[in-house]
Amino acid sequence: MSAGLVILAVVAVATVGFFVGRAKSLSTAGGDIRQLHSLPSYYGQATFLFAAVPALLVTFAWLILQPMFVESQISGMIVSGDIAEGSSRTLVMADVRRIANGLDVAVTAGKLSETGIEKLNTASTDVRALLAEVGVAVASDVQQNILAAAKEFRILTSTLRVAMAVVALALSVLGLVFALTRIKPEYRARNVSEQAVKALLILSSLVAILTTVGIIASLVFETLHFFQLYPAKDFFFNLTWNPQFTGGSDLGFIPLLWGTLYVSFVALVFAVPIGLFVAVYLSEYATNRVRSIVKPAVEILAGIPTIVYGLFALITVGPLLRDYFAQPLGLGQSSSSVLTAGIVMGIMLIPFVSSLSDDVINAVPQAMRDGSYGLGATQSETVKQVIIPAALPGIVGAILLAASRAIGETMIVVMGAGAAAKLSLNPLEAMTTITVKIVSQLTGDTEFASPETLVAFALGLSLFVLTLGLNVLALYIVRKYREQYE
Amino acid sequence: MTDVSPTSSLLTVDDRTRRRNAAEKRFRVYGVIAIVLAMLALAGLMTSILSNGLSAFKQTFVTLEIYLDPAKLDKDGSRDLDKIRKVSTFGYAPLIKNSLQTQMDSPGMAVEGLKAKDAAKMVSKEAAAEMRRFVLNNPDMIGETVSFKFLTSGRIDGYYKGRVTMESAERDSNISPEQLMFADKLKDAGLLKTSFNWGFLTRADASENRPEAAGLGVAILGSLYMMGVVLFLTLPIGVAASIYLEEFAPRNWFTDIVEVNISNLAAVPSIVFGILGLAIFINFAGLPQSAPIVGGLVLTLMTLPTIIISTRASLKAVPPSIRDAALGVGASKMQAVFHHVLPLAAPGILTGTIIGLAQALGETAPLLLIGMVAFVREFPGAPPEGLFDPAAALPVQVYNWTQRADPAFAERASGAIIVLLVFLLFMNAIAIILRRRFERRW
Repeated sequence: MSAGLVILAVVAVATVGFFVGRAKSLSTAGGDIRQLHSLPSYYGQATFLFAAVPALLVTFAWLILQPMFVESQISGMIVSGDIAEGSSRTLVMADVRRIANGLDVAVTAGKLSETGIEKLNTASTDVRALLAEVGVAVASDVQQNILAAAKEFRILTSTLRVAMAVVALALSVLGLVFALTRIKPEYRARNVSEQAVKALLILSSLVAILTTVGIIASLVFETLHFFQLYPAKDFFFNLTWNPQFTGGSDLGFIPLLWGTLYVSFVALVFAVPIGLFVAVYLSEYATNRVRSIVKPAVEILAGIPTIVYGLFALITVGPLLRDYFAQPLGLGQSSSSVLTAGIVMGIMLIPFVSSLSDDVINAVPQAMRDGSYGLGATQSETVKQVIIPAALPGIVGAILLAASRAIGETMIVVMGAGAAAKLSLNPLEAMTTITVKIVSQLTGDTEFASPETLVAFALGLSLFVLTLGLNVLALYIVRKYREQYE
Repeated sequence: MTDVSPTSSLLTVDDRTRRRNAAEKRFRVYGVIAIVLAMLALAGLMTSILSNGLSAFKQTFVTLEIYLDPAKLDKDGSRDLDKIRKVSTFGYAPLIKNSLQTQMDSPGMAVEGLKAKDAAKMVSKEAAAEMRRFVLNNPDMIGETVSFKFLTSGRIDGYYKGRVTMESAERDSNISPEQLMFADKLKDAGLLKTSFNWGFLTRADASENRPEAAGLGVAILGSLYMMGVVLFLTLPIGVAASIYLEEFAPRNWFTDIVEVNISNLAAVPSIVFGILGLAIFINFAGLPQSAPIVGGLVLTLMTLPTIIISTRASLKAVPPSIRDAALGVGASKMQAVFHHVLPLAAPGILTGTIIGLAQALGETAPLLLIGMVAFVREFPGAPPEGLFDPAAALPVQVYNWTQRADPAFAERASGAIIVLLVFLLFMNAIAIILRRRFERRW
């Protein structure tokens, strides 16, 4: 009986419980619902909860714990002689699982019967060929002991599955009966059902915390793993990035950090003045007509996915810069460069800077503008000497948030900045960033446990810390220096 | 202004005022320039994508009369399907060659120096497979002459889209000027036509050297599956979390932690969610790589903060008097929220959800890390099992195509972007209509 079927069965029992519970509440009240504490359907809901929740909790716990239990049981059957040279216990266990699964497939395909499996022997049958016939590939020839482990694995798994189904259904029925015995007119069924709903709501809001915990745990855990294979000092201070498939790589963080900061800097050089001027013009000068056209148009830029910007960098901006700037000036040959990625990322950040600054500029009270005009200042003097200083904390916050976006941006730099890690000042040269290397190290074919792959987690952690730091700083500046106007 | 000299008058503009006025004008011009630059960037982006990509929706087809030669396809004449199946696509290739040979033999069609063998290369490599599929479905057509509409090779297609010229063909080992001349003759004879390419939307991806056959079918389906997973998970979880935080949560350290977490998660770079997906869903939980379920889960975690933030805003917009009235007539807190507040906030919640989904649809980076870059030719099965089959996704397909050498793939990538943008436009339009139609001001 599969897990899905067990869950369905439990839900079915609980649904029956809902109707029985509702009917019973009505009958105890003699058909007069004014006698009941809660509406009849709340009695049904309470019954449903008692029938479903304990059984489902046990099922899920069982599903998580069963593989661990089976693993530890079967692992004891494998003696060290079964583990081939260069292999490990986990790999052998994976083989056992695959063979057991293959035997299941063979049974459903009708190639084997249950008694046939019991008699199966590596001496008389070529198990590997048999499994290959039903489409399950096993890496090496199957040894007797491993086959025995696989058989045991199957038996144990299926017994436990049956046990799980029995326990879950029994719990469900027990819960149902228990809930039904509690139904009386004075039973506060609504409170029970509302408590359960509230628990569900709290559980949902926990997902955010779990996500953060998951991110931090996966990053920190694998980063520590990486630092066991590759010294942390070299990672942070080595000036070269040169991963080798054969090992002995240089995995220095500095060139990637430099590329990231350089591209982000170029992007901000483009985005901040344009974004700020757009915000100032729209809030101080523009007529309603202009505003109603320009503002949505700028917001379209914000809604375009980054892959579109990446393609724009790759097929238009990159070749343009190469043909009209880099090659005539003799500064570079490649179409992907810091400037390409920077300009395109700048375009992406314009709406970000402008809409955030627009909000803070609009928050400056009109009285301050009027005061400034009253003293004879022109509009631009008012903007420069009154509005911008008043809105400065918010604007700085917006720029920091934009910087954090730029540092974490991936697709534009993957397609526009290049893949060569370099410490150079020339903006027309291809450089690479932290995010590009995370992608390239994790999408390659290297073994997962090698430092060349694990370095991506260290890079991810650095990126996470960097962007989180910028966000917190932005929040701090806005909170600390914000002027409170009445 | 104490040092105003007696010679100045209010009617003549002095130097200082002129300078200040000039500065004012300059400042305004800077603002206009900034807006023009931003608009130019938008226009440049759009024209670049449209001019490169619109041609992907058209494709050059060639119509050929093919004699399904029994001597090649069914040697002993038994029409036994199993035997016919043994003939591989290589066995079908000579039929195309023969058909082209007859074309070249007809008066005025011959091109000097072009052999039928080379002419057959003008037809997509996909053609033989297409023919084989046809024969296997209609074995009794063997021995007949059937008219087929084949894709032409990527280079011939490029010739009619201006990507390939006679000069570039000289230097190209995949195409020769003679082939192009023959293509022109076929076009004059009405056999070669450029028409709308439905295959671009329905076919699966194709290998490196047959860009003409590459389509978005698997990618669109994969994206659809992922959006289904995201919608199915984020809407209930996001709404439940928002209701708790907005309506029930007491002010304490736990609520503070949750709130800080949500605002931080909204700012975490998307690629970090990809790392999370790889470490937790694939390595730890053992879910398959490049499956829509994993992509959907990762995108769910990513869009959840966005949806929670917008849902809370629309819950907050429902005036407290509604809650008070419900409580006043004896509803419990839970009943007040679920029977009165939630329905009133629903349009806002839906709008926020659609915008969150649109964001998730365009997201690429996290999907690269969970293996969605893999080359997938098979359509995934029907859900729910199909959610565990390998599939592509629209934005990742774009990235995939940009990594290939043939320039025809750059056109396809831009075309795929247009499809993606149309989807986004559609979703945003629905969101705007919903907002206009149901928005309520209290």
